[in-house]
Amino acid sequence: MIRIVLPAHLRTLARLDGEVELSVDGEVTQRSVLDALEARYPMLRGTIRDRSSQERRAFVRFFACEQDLSHEPPDAPLPAPVAAGAEPFLIVGAMAGG
Amino acid sequence: MSGVRVLVGTRKGAFVLTADGKRDRWDVSGPHFGGWEIYHVKGSPVDPARLYASQSGGWFGQQIQRSDDGGKTWESAGNEFSYDGVPGTHQWYDGTPHPWEFARVWHLEPSLDDPDTVYAGVEDAALFRSVDGGQQWQERAGLRGHASGPSWQPGAGGMCLHTILLDPLNPGRMFAAISAAGAFRTDDSGKTWRPVNHGLKSEGIPDPDAEVGHCVHRLAMHPARPEVLYMQKHWDVMRSDDAGESWHEVSGNLPSDFGFPIDVHPHEPDTIYVVPIKSDSEHYPPDGKLRVYRSRTGGDEWQALTDGLPQRDCYVNVLRDAMAVDSLDSCGVYFGTTGGQVYASADAGDSWAPIVRDLPAVLSVEVQTLP
Repeated sequence: MIRIVLPAHLRTLARLDGEVELSVDGEVTQRSVLDALEARYPMLRGTIRDRSSQERRAFVRFFACEQDLSHEPPDAPLPAPVAAGAEPFLIVGAMAGG
Repeated sequence: MSGVRVLVGTRKGAFVLTADGKRDRWDVSGPHFGGWEIYHVKGSPVDPARLYASQSGGWFGQQIQRSDDGGKTWESAGNEFSYDGVPGTHQWYDGTPHPWEFARVWHLEPSLDDPDTVYAGVEDAALFRSVDGGQQWQERAGLRGHASGPSWQPGAGGMCLHTILLDPLNPGRMFAAISAAGAFRTDDSGKTWRPVNHGLKSEGIPDPDAEVGHCVHRLAMHPARPEVLYMQKHWDVMRSDDAGESWHEVSGNLPSDFGFPIDVHPHEPDTIYVVPIKSDSEHYPPDGKLRVYRSRTGGDEWQALTDGLPQRDCYVNVLRDAMAVDSLDSCGVYFGTTGGQVYASADAGDSWAPIVRDLPAVLSVEVQTLP
Protein backbone atom coordinates (compact mmCIF):
# COMPACT_ATOMS: atom_id res chain seq x y z
CA MET A 1 0.00 0.00 0.00
CA ILE A 2 1.17 3.50 -0.79
CA ARG A 3 0.91 6.03 2.04
CA ILE A 4 -0.03 9.61 1.16
CA VAL A 5 -0.08 12.61 3.46
CA LEU A 6 -2.30 15.47 2.28
CA PRO A 7 -2.27 19.09 3.45
CA ALA A 8 -4.97 20.04 5.93
CA HIS A 9 -7.23 21.84 3.44
CA LEU A 10 -7.30 18.86 1.11
CA ARG A 11 -7.97 16.45 4.00
CA THR A 12 -10.94 18.63 4.92
CA LEU A 13 -12.11 18.72 1.32
CA ALA A 14 -11.86 14.94 1.02
CA ARG A 15 -13.30 14.46 4.53
CA LEU A 16 -10.56 12.25 5.86
CA ASP A 17 -8.26 12.13 8.85
CA GLY A 18 -4.63 11.14 8.83
CA GLU A 19 -2.85 9.39 6.01
CA VAL A 20 -4.41 7.90 2.92
CA GLU A 21 -3.48 4.35 1.99
CA LEU A 22 -3.88 3.35 -1.62
CA SER A 23 -2.98 0.43 -3.81
CA VAL A 24 -1.48 1.43 -7.14
CA ASP A 25 -1.50 -0.69 -10.23
CA GLY A 26 1.84 -0.98 -12.03
CA GLU A 27 4.82 1.21 -11.42
CA VAL A 28 4.61 3.65 -8.51
CA THR A 29 5.08 7.13 -9.95
CA GLN A 30 3.70 10.59 -9.22
CA ARG A 31 1.18 10.09 -11.99
CA SER A 32 0.01 6.64 -10.92
CA VAL A 33 -0.27 7.71 -7.29
CA LEU A 34 -2.23 10.86 -8.16
CA ASP A 35 -4.45 8.93 -10.58
CA ALA A 36 -5.33 6.50 -7.80
CA LEU A 37 -5.84 9.30 -5.29
CA GLU A 38 -8.18 11.23 -7.59
CA ALA A 39 -10.10 8.08 -8.49
CA ARG A 40 -10.92 7.49 -4.85
CA TYR A 41 -11.45 11.17 -3.99
CA PRO A 42 -12.85 12.89 -7.09
CA MET A 43 -13.17 16.20 -5.25
CA LEU A 44 -9.36 16.41 -5.30
CA ARG A 45 -9.27 16.62 -9.11
CA GLY A 46 -7.80 19.95 -10.07
CA THR A 47 -6.50 20.73 -6.59
CA ILE A 48 -3.04 19.15 -6.91
CA ARG A 49 -2.50 19.26 -10.66
CA ASP A 50 -4.25 21.07 -13.47
CA ARG A 51 -7.25 19.15 -14.75
CA SER A 52 -6.36 19.41 -18.40
CA SER A 53 -2.57 19.82 -18.56
CA GLN A 54 -1.95 17.52 -15.55
CA GLU A 55 0.84 19.89 -14.47
CA ARG A 56 1.48 20.31 -10.74
CA ARG A 57 -0.16 23.45 -9.37
CA ALA A 58 2.40 26.14 -8.67
CA PHE A 59 2.01 26.21 -4.87
CA VAL A 60 1.95 22.44 -4.41
CA ARG A 61 5.08 20.44 -3.65
CA PHE A 62 5.84 16.70 -3.50
CA PHE A 63 8.26 15.46 -0.83
CA ALA A 64 9.36 11.95 0.16
CA CYS A 65 12.33 10.43 1.95
CA GLU A 66 13.57 13.95 2.79
CA GLN A 67 13.78 14.84 -0.91
CA ASP A 68 11.90 17.42 -2.95
CA LEU A 69 10.44 15.44 -5.84
CA SER A 70 8.34 18.32 -7.20
CA HIS A 71 10.40 18.75 -10.32
CA GLU A 72 10.82 15.07 -11.13
CA PRO A 73 9.06 13.84 -14.28
CA PRO A 74 5.56 12.57 -13.45
CA ASP A 75 6.36 9.11 -14.80
CA ALA A 76 9.65 8.70 -12.92
CA PRO A 77 9.55 5.91 -10.30
CA LEU A 78 9.09 7.16 -6.75
CA PRO A 79 11.71 6.08 -4.17
CA ALA A 80 11.59 2.42 -3.21
CA PRO A 81 10.55 3.12 0.43
CA VAL A 82 7.46 4.96 -0.91
CA ALA A 83 6.61 2.09 -3.25
CA ALA A 84 7.05 -0.34 -0.37
CA GLY A 85 4.84 1.70 1.96
CA ALA A 86 7.68 2.30 4.41
CA GLU A 87 7.70 6.07 3.78
CA PRO A 88 4.80 8.37 2.91
CA PHE A 89 4.46 10.48 -0.21
CA LEU A 90 3.92 14.01 1.09
CA ILE A 91 1.73 16.47 -0.84
CA VAL A 92 2.48 19.88 0.61
CA GLY A 93 0.94 23.31 0.25
CA ALA A 94 3.82 25.78 -0.15
CA MET A 95 4.34 28.24 2.68
CA ALA A 96 3.11 31.46 1.12
CA GLY A 97 0.37 33.98 1.29
CA GLY A 98 -1.49 35.68 4.11
CA MET B 1 -43.07 33.29 10.84
CA SER B 2 -41.04 34.28 7.80
CA GLY B 3 -37.33 34.85 8.05
CA VAL B 4 -34.18 35.59 6.18
CA ARG B 5 -30.92 33.80 5.50
CA VAL B 6 -27.95 36.00 4.61
CA LEU B 7 -25.16 34.24 2.69
CA VAL B 8 -21.79 35.89 3.16
CA GLY B 9 -18.65 35.09 1.18
CA THR B 10 -15.35 36.30 2.65
CA ARG B 11 -11.62 36.09 2.00
CA LYS B 12 -11.38 33.25 4.51
CA GLY B 13 -14.63 31.33 4.38
CA ALA B 14 -18.42 31.50 4.13
CA PHE B 15 -20.90 32.47 6.83
CA VAL B 16 -24.65 31.95 7.04
CA LEU B 17 -26.58 34.52 9.10
CA THR B 18 -30.21 33.77 9.93
CA ALA B 19 -33.00 35.70 11.62
CA ASP B 20 -36.76 35.74 11.84
CA GLY B 21 -38.80 38.40 10.09
CA LYS B 22 -38.00 41.03 12.73
CA ARG B 23 -34.36 40.79 11.72
CA ASP B 24 -33.06 41.97 15.05
CA ARG B 25 -31.55 38.77 16.51
CA TRP B 26 -29.14 36.79 14.41
CA ASP B 27 -27.66 33.33 14.45
CA VAL B 28 -24.21 33.13 12.86
CA SER B 29 -22.98 29.87 11.32
CA GLY B 30 -19.46 29.47 10.00
CA PRO B 31 -16.82 29.71 8.88
CA HIS B 32 -17.63 27.16 6.24
CA PHE B 33 -14.57 26.28 4.11
CA GLY B 34 -12.32 28.19 6.51
CA GLY B 35 -9.18 29.56 4.89
CA TRP B 36 -10.60 29.54 1.35
CA GLU B 37 -11.78 32.56 -0.60
CA ILE B 38 -15.53 32.38 -1.05
CA TYR B 39 -16.31 34.75 -3.88
CA HIS B 40 -20.04 34.09 -3.92
CA VAL B 41 -22.81 32.04 -2.33
CA LYS B 42 -26.31 32.09 -3.78
CA GLY B 43 -29.53 30.10 -3.35
CA SER B 44 -31.97 28.82 -5.93
CA PRO B 45 -35.08 30.99 -6.18
CA VAL B 46 -37.24 27.89 -6.71
CA ASP B 47 -35.65 25.72 -3.99
CA PRO B 48 -34.27 27.87 -1.17
CA ALA B 49 -32.56 24.86 0.40
CA ARG B 50 -30.32 24.55 -2.68
CA LEU B 51 -27.25 26.74 -2.37
CA TYR B 52 -24.17 27.06 -4.56
CA ALA B 53 -20.84 28.40 -3.38
CA SER B 54 -17.66 29.34 -5.23
CA GLN B 55 -14.65 28.25 -3.17
CA SER B 56 -11.17 29.06 -4.44
CA GLY B 57 -7.61 29.67 -3.40
CA GLY B 58 -4.14 30.19 -4.75
CA TRP B 59 -2.88 26.83 -3.58
CA PHE B 60 -5.57 24.38 -4.62
CA GLY B 61 -7.65 26.17 -7.24
CA GLN B 62 -11.39 26.23 -7.75
CA GLN B 63 -14.11 24.22 -6.06
CA ILE B 64 -17.87 24.48 -6.38
CA GLN B 65 -19.82 23.50 -3.30
CA ARG B 66 -23.50 22.64 -3.20
CA SER B 67 -25.88 22.43 -0.26
CA ASP B 68 -29.37 20.92 -0.21
CA ASP B 69 -30.23 21.94 3.33
CA GLY B 70 -29.75 25.67 3.33
CA GLY B 71 -26.06 25.62 4.14
CA LYS B 72 -25.93 23.18 7.04
CA THR B 73 -24.05 20.57 5.01
CA TRP B 74 -22.18 20.83 1.72
CA GLU B 75 -20.99 18.53 -1.06
CA SER B 76 -18.24 19.15 -3.59
CA ALA B 77 -19.64 19.59 -7.09
CA GLY B 78 -17.76 19.80 -10.38
CA ASN B 79 -14.76 22.08 -10.82
CA GLU B 80 -13.78 21.61 -14.44
CA PHE B 81 -14.13 24.91 -16.32
CA SER B 82 -12.67 24.33 -19.77
CA TYR B 83 -13.07 27.01 -22.40
CA ASP B 84 -14.84 25.89 -25.52
CA GLY B 85 -12.54 24.98 -28.41
CA VAL B 86 -9.23 26.76 -28.86
CA PRO B 87 -9.53 29.66 -26.42
CA GLY B 88 -7.52 32.25 -28.38
CA THR B 89 -6.40 35.48 -26.78
CA HIS B 90 -7.61 38.72 -25.22
CA GLN B 91 -5.56 41.86 -24.57
CA TRP B 92 -3.17 41.90 -21.64
CA TYR B 93 -2.53 45.03 -19.56
CA ASP B 94 0.25 46.07 -21.92
CA GLY B 95 -1.91 45.60 -24.99
CA THR B 96 -0.30 42.35 -26.12
CA PRO B 97 -2.36 39.24 -26.87
CA HIS B 98 -2.76 37.00 -23.82
CA PRO B 99 -4.21 33.47 -23.80
CA TRP B 100 -7.53 33.03 -22.09
CA GLU B 101 -6.83 31.33 -18.72
CA PHE B 102 -9.36 30.24 -16.13
CA ALA B 103 -8.64 31.74 -12.70
CA ARG B 104 -11.80 31.51 -10.57
CA VAL B 105 -15.57 31.74 -10.43
CA TRP B 106 -16.70 35.21 -9.37
CA HIS B 107 -20.45 34.84 -9.50
CA LEU B 108 -23.03 32.05 -9.46
CA GLU B 109 -26.54 32.71 -10.73
CA PRO B 110 -29.07 29.92 -10.21
CA SER B 111 -31.84 29.59 -12.78
CA LEU B 112 -35.22 31.17 -12.07
CA ASP B 113 -37.09 27.90 -12.69
CA ASP B 114 -34.78 24.90 -12.23
CA PRO B 115 -32.65 24.33 -9.13
CA ASP B 116 -30.20 22.15 -11.08
CA THR B 117 -29.44 24.84 -13.64
CA VAL B 118 -26.92 27.45 -12.61
CA TYR B 119 -24.70 29.94 -14.44
CA ALA B 120 -21.15 30.83 -13.47
CA GLY B 121 -19.33 34.03 -14.36
CA VAL B 122 -15.59 33.44 -14.35
CA GLU B 123 -12.20 35.09 -14.71
CA ASP B 124 -10.88 35.26 -17.46
CA ALA B 125 -14.26 36.49 -18.54
CA ALA B 126 -16.58 33.76 -19.73
CA LEU B 127 -20.01 32.37 -18.95
CA PHE B 128 -20.50 28.73 -18.02
CA ARG B 129 -23.69 26.78 -17.37
CA SER B 130 -24.46 23.59 -15.51
CA VAL B 131 -27.77 21.75 -15.90
CA ASP B 132 -26.99 18.96 -13.42
CA GLY B 133 -26.61 20.79 -10.15
CA GLY B 134 -23.08 21.97 -10.72
CA GLN B 135 -21.49 18.62 -11.56
CA GLN B 136 -20.52 19.48 -15.13
CA TRP B 137 -19.99 22.89 -16.69
CA GLN B 138 -20.19 23.92 -20.33
CA GLU B 139 -19.11 27.29 -21.63
CA ARG B 140 -21.75 29.43 -23.33
CA ALA B 141 -19.07 30.42 -25.78
CA GLY B 142 -21.06 32.93 -27.78
CA LEU B 143 -20.22 35.64 -25.26
CA ARG B 144 -16.45 35.24 -25.26
CA GLY B 145 -16.64 34.50 -28.95
CA HIS B 146 -18.11 37.90 -29.75
CA ALA B 147 -16.02 39.70 -32.37
CA SER B 148 -14.85 42.18 -29.74
CA GLY B 149 -13.51 39.41 -27.46
CA PRO B 150 -9.86 39.62 -28.55
CA SER B 151 -9.88 43.33 -27.62
CA TRP B 152 -11.17 42.87 -24.07
CA GLN B 153 -8.70 43.92 -21.40
CA PRO B 154 -8.65 43.19 -17.65
CA GLY B 155 -9.40 45.78 -15.02
CA ALA B 156 -7.23 46.09 -11.93
CA GLY B 157 -9.01 43.15 -10.30
CA GLY B 158 -8.65 40.85 -13.27
CA MET B 159 -10.87 40.28 -16.29
CA CYS B 160 -13.93 38.98 -14.53
CA LEU B 161 -17.51 38.28 -15.54
CA HIS B 162 -19.11 39.46 -12.31
CA THR B 163 -22.78 40.13 -13.05
CA ILE B 164 -25.42 37.81 -14.52
CA LEU B 165 -29.04 39.01 -14.67
CA LEU B 166 -31.80 36.67 -15.83
CA ASP B 167 -34.84 38.41 -17.29
CA PRO B 168 -37.96 36.82 -15.74
CA LEU B 169 -40.39 38.25 -18.31
CA ASN B 170 -38.44 37.60 -21.50
CA PRO B 171 -37.31 33.98 -21.66
CA GLY B 172 -33.92 33.72 -23.28
CA ARG B 173 -32.86 37.23 -22.37
CA MET B 174 -29.88 37.61 -20.05
CA PHE B 175 -27.41 40.34 -19.24
CA ALA B 176 -23.78 39.92 -18.28
CA ALA B 177 -21.18 42.47 -17.26
CA ILE B 178 -17.42 42.21 -17.53
CA SER B 179 -14.62 44.36 -16.13
CA ALA B 180 -13.33 45.96 -18.22
CA ALA B 181 -15.31 45.11 -21.35
CA GLY B 182 -18.79 46.34 -20.48
CA ALA B 183 -22.38 45.08 -20.52
CA PHE B 184 -23.67 42.43 -22.91
CA ARG B 185 -27.12 41.03 -23.74
CA THR B 186 -28.39 37.81 -25.22
CA ASP B 187 -31.93 37.20 -26.43
CA ASP B 188 -31.43 33.52 -27.32
CA SER B 189 -30.46 31.96 -23.98
CA GLY B 190 -26.79 32.70 -24.37
CA LYS B 191 -26.06 31.47 -27.88
CA THR B 192 -25.29 34.93 -29.24
CA TRP B 193 -24.46 38.16 -27.46
CA ARG B 194 -23.96 41.80 -28.29
CA PRO B 195 -22.53 44.72 -26.34
CA VAL B 196 -25.11 47.10 -24.85
CA ASN B 197 -22.98 50.07 -23.86
CA HIS B 198 -24.35 52.94 -25.94
CA GLY B 199 -24.37 56.07 -23.82
CA LEU B 200 -21.54 55.06 -21.50
CA LYS B 201 -18.63 57.47 -21.38
CA SER B 202 -15.35 56.39 -19.81
CA GLU B 203 -12.58 58.97 -19.79
CA GLY B 204 -10.01 56.32 -18.89
CA ILE B 205 -10.13 54.65 -22.30
CA PRO B 206 -8.88 56.04 -25.59
CA ASP B 207 -12.35 56.38 -27.14
CA PRO B 208 -14.66 57.44 -24.27
CA ASP B 209 -17.82 56.13 -25.96
CA ALA B 210 -16.37 52.98 -27.52
CA GLU B 211 -18.57 49.95 -28.07
CA VAL B 212 -16.56 47.94 -25.50
CA GLY B 213 -13.86 48.66 -22.94
CA HIS B 214 -16.00 50.14 -20.17
CA CYS B 215 -15.33 49.12 -16.57
CA VAL B 216 -18.86 48.24 -15.53
CA HIS B 217 -18.87 47.38 -11.82
CA ARG B 218 -22.41 46.10 -11.39
CA LEU B 219 -25.85 45.89 -13.00
CA ALA B 220 -29.23 45.61 -11.28
CA MET B 221 -32.84 45.22 -12.35
CA HIS B 222 -36.25 44.91 -10.75
CA PRO B 223 -37.87 41.62 -11.83
CA ALA B 224 -41.23 43.26 -12.54
CA ARG B 225 -39.66 45.84 -14.86
CA PRO B 226 -36.67 44.15 -16.46
CA GLU B 227 -36.33 46.62 -19.30
CA VAL B 228 -35.07 49.16 -16.77
CA LEU B 229 -31.47 48.53 -15.82
CA TYR B 230 -29.26 50.32 -13.34
CA MET B 231 -25.47 50.35 -13.51
CA GLN B 232 -22.69 51.33 -11.17
CA LYS B 233 -19.79 52.01 -13.52
CA HIS B 234 -16.20 52.69 -12.48
CA TRP B 235 -17.34 56.28 -12.47
CA ASP B 236 -21.00 57.20 -13.10
CA VAL B 237 -24.27 55.69 -11.99
CA MET B 238 -26.25 54.93 -15.15
CA ARG B 239 -29.78 53.96 -16.11
CA SER B 240 -31.26 52.31 -19.19
CA ASP B 241 -35.00 52.29 -19.94
CA ASP B 242 -34.71 50.05 -23.00
CA ALA B 243 -32.92 46.88 -21.83
CA GLY B 244 -29.49 48.32 -22.36
CA GLU B 245 -29.98 49.79 -25.85
CA SER B 246 -29.06 53.21 -24.45
CA TRP B 247 -27.87 54.57 -21.13
CA HIS B 248 -28.03 57.94 -19.40
CA GLU B 249 -26.30 59.13 -16.27
CA VAL B 250 -28.27 59.43 -13.01
CA SER B 251 -25.42 60.22 -10.60
CA GLY B 252 -27.15 63.48 -9.62
CA ASN B 253 -26.12 64.78 -6.19
CA LEU B 254 -23.99 61.79 -5.08
CA PRO B 255 -20.80 62.86 -3.25
CA SER B 256 -18.88 60.45 -5.50
CA ASP B 257 -20.25 58.61 -8.50
CA PHE B 258 -17.61 55.89 -8.11
CA GLY B 259 -18.63 52.72 -6.30
CA PHE B 260 -19.18 49.03 -6.70
CA PRO B 261 -22.63 47.67 -5.73
CA ILE B 262 -26.06 48.86 -6.86
CA ASP B 263 -29.38 47.28 -5.93
CA VAL B 264 -33.12 47.81 -6.32
CA HIS B 265 -35.85 47.86 -3.67
CA PRO B 266 -37.95 44.66 -4.04
CA HIS B 267 -41.31 46.46 -4.00
CA GLU B 268 -40.44 49.86 -5.46
CA PRO B 269 -38.73 49.58 -8.89
CA ASP B 270 -37.67 53.23 -8.77
CA THR B 271 -35.94 52.93 -5.39
CA ILE B 272 -32.26 52.10 -5.75
CA TYR B 273 -29.22 51.95 -3.48
CA VAL B 274 -25.51 52.67 -3.99
CA VAL B 275 -22.49 53.14 -1.72
CA PRO B 276 -20.34 56.06 -2.94
CA ILE B 277 -16.61 55.42 -2.70
CA LYS B 278 -13.66 57.73 -3.25
CA SER B 279 -11.36 57.03 -6.18
CA ASP B 280 -8.73 56.96 -7.86
CA SER B 281 -7.33 54.11 -5.89
CA GLU B 282 -8.38 55.26 -2.40
CA HIS B 283 -11.47 53.06 -2.51
CA TYR B 284 -12.92 54.10 0.83
CA PRO B 285 -15.94 56.26 1.68
CA PRO B 286 -15.62 60.04 1.15
CA ASP B 287 -14.75 61.92 4.36
CA GLY B 288 -14.49 58.67 6.35
CA LYS B 289 -18.30 58.44 6.50
CA LEU B 290 -19.94 55.19 5.49
CA ARG B 291 -23.14 56.23 3.74
CA VAL B 292 -25.62 54.29 1.66
CA TYR B 293 -27.39 56.55 -0.80
CA ARG B 294 -31.00 55.86 -1.77
CA SER B 295 -32.88 57.33 -4.69
CA ARG B 296 -36.66 56.99 -4.76
CA THR B 297 -36.80 58.51 -8.25
CA GLY B 298 -34.78 55.94 -10.17
CA GLY B 299 -31.66 58.08 -9.87
CA ASP B 300 -30.55 61.72 -10.02
CA GLU B 301 -31.99 62.63 -6.58
CA TRP B 302 -30.17 60.86 -3.80
CA GLN B 303 -30.59 60.79 -0.02
CA ALA B 304 -27.80 59.83 2.37
CA LEU B 305 -28.68 57.03 4.79
CA THR B 306 -26.46 57.26 7.85
CA ASP B 307 -28.40 56.17 10.93
CA GLY B 308 -26.38 53.40 12.55
CA LEU B 309 -23.46 53.59 10.12
CA PRO B 310 -20.05 54.92 11.18
CA GLN B 311 -19.77 58.64 10.37
CA ARG B 312 -16.14 59.15 11.24
CA ASP B 313 -12.83 57.37 10.67
CA CYS B 314 -14.35 54.70 8.43
CA TYR B 315 -12.14 53.56 5.57
CA VAL B 316 -13.62 50.28 4.38
CA ASN B 317 -14.86 49.38 0.91
CA VAL B 318 -18.04 47.64 -0.20
CA LEU B 319 -17.38 45.30 -3.11
CA ARG B 320 -19.62 44.79 -6.14
CA ASP B 321 -21.36 41.59 -5.01
CA ALA B 322 -21.64 42.64 -1.36
CA MET B 323 -25.13 44.18 -1.26
CA ALA B 324 -28.53 42.49 -1.31
CA VAL B 325 -32.19 43.10 -0.50
CA ASP B 326 -34.79 40.76 0.96
CA SER B 327 -38.45 40.82 -0.09
CA LEU B 328 -40.13 41.26 3.28
CA ASP B 329 -42.34 44.23 3.94
CA SER B 330 -40.65 46.48 4.93
CA CYS B 331 -37.70 45.42 2.91
CA GLY B 332 -34.33 44.55 4.36
CA VAL B 333 -31.10 45.88 2.87
CA TYR B 334 -27.74 44.25 3.61
CA PHE B 335 -24.15 44.96 2.76
CA GLY B 336 -20.73 43.72 3.81
CA THR B 337 -17.43 45.58 4.01
CA THR B 338 -13.78 44.83 3.47
CA GLY B 339 -13.43 45.47 7.21
CA GLY B 340 -15.56 42.42 7.98
CA GLN B 341 -18.79 44.10 9.03
CA VAL B 342 -22.16 43.02 7.68
CA TYR B 343 -24.78 45.72 8.17
CA ALA B 344 -28.53 45.19 7.97
CA SER B 345 -31.44 47.55 7.72
CA ALA B 346 -34.95 46.21 8.36
CA ASP B 347 -36.59 49.47 7.27
CA ALA B 348 -35.45 49.89 3.68
CA GLY B 349 -32.29 51.73 4.69
CA ASP B 350 -33.63 54.26 7.19
CA SER B 351 -31.60 52.74 10.02
CA TRP B 352 -28.78 50.23 10.19
CA ALA B 353 -27.15 47.87 12.67
CA PRO B 354 -24.26 45.45 12.27
CA ILE B 355 -25.14 41.76 12.27
CA VAL B 356 -21.45 40.93 12.73
CA ARG B 357 -18.45 43.23 13.03
CA ASP B 358 -15.34 41.12 12.72
CA LEU B 359 -15.53 38.69 9.83
CA PRO B 360 -12.73 38.42 7.27
CA ALA B 361 -13.03 40.90 4.40
CA VAL B 362 -16.46 40.45 2.84
CA LEU B 363 -16.54 39.60 -0.87
CA SER B 364 -20.25 38.94 -1.35
CA VAL B 365 -23.62 39.17 0.37
CA GLU B 366 -26.82 37.53 -0.78
CA VAL B 367 -30.10 37.12 1.09
CA GLN B 368 -32.91 34.62 0.87
CA THR B 369 -36.40 35.45 2.10
CA LEU B 370 -37.78 32.29 3.71
CA PRO B 371 -41.43 31.34 4.19
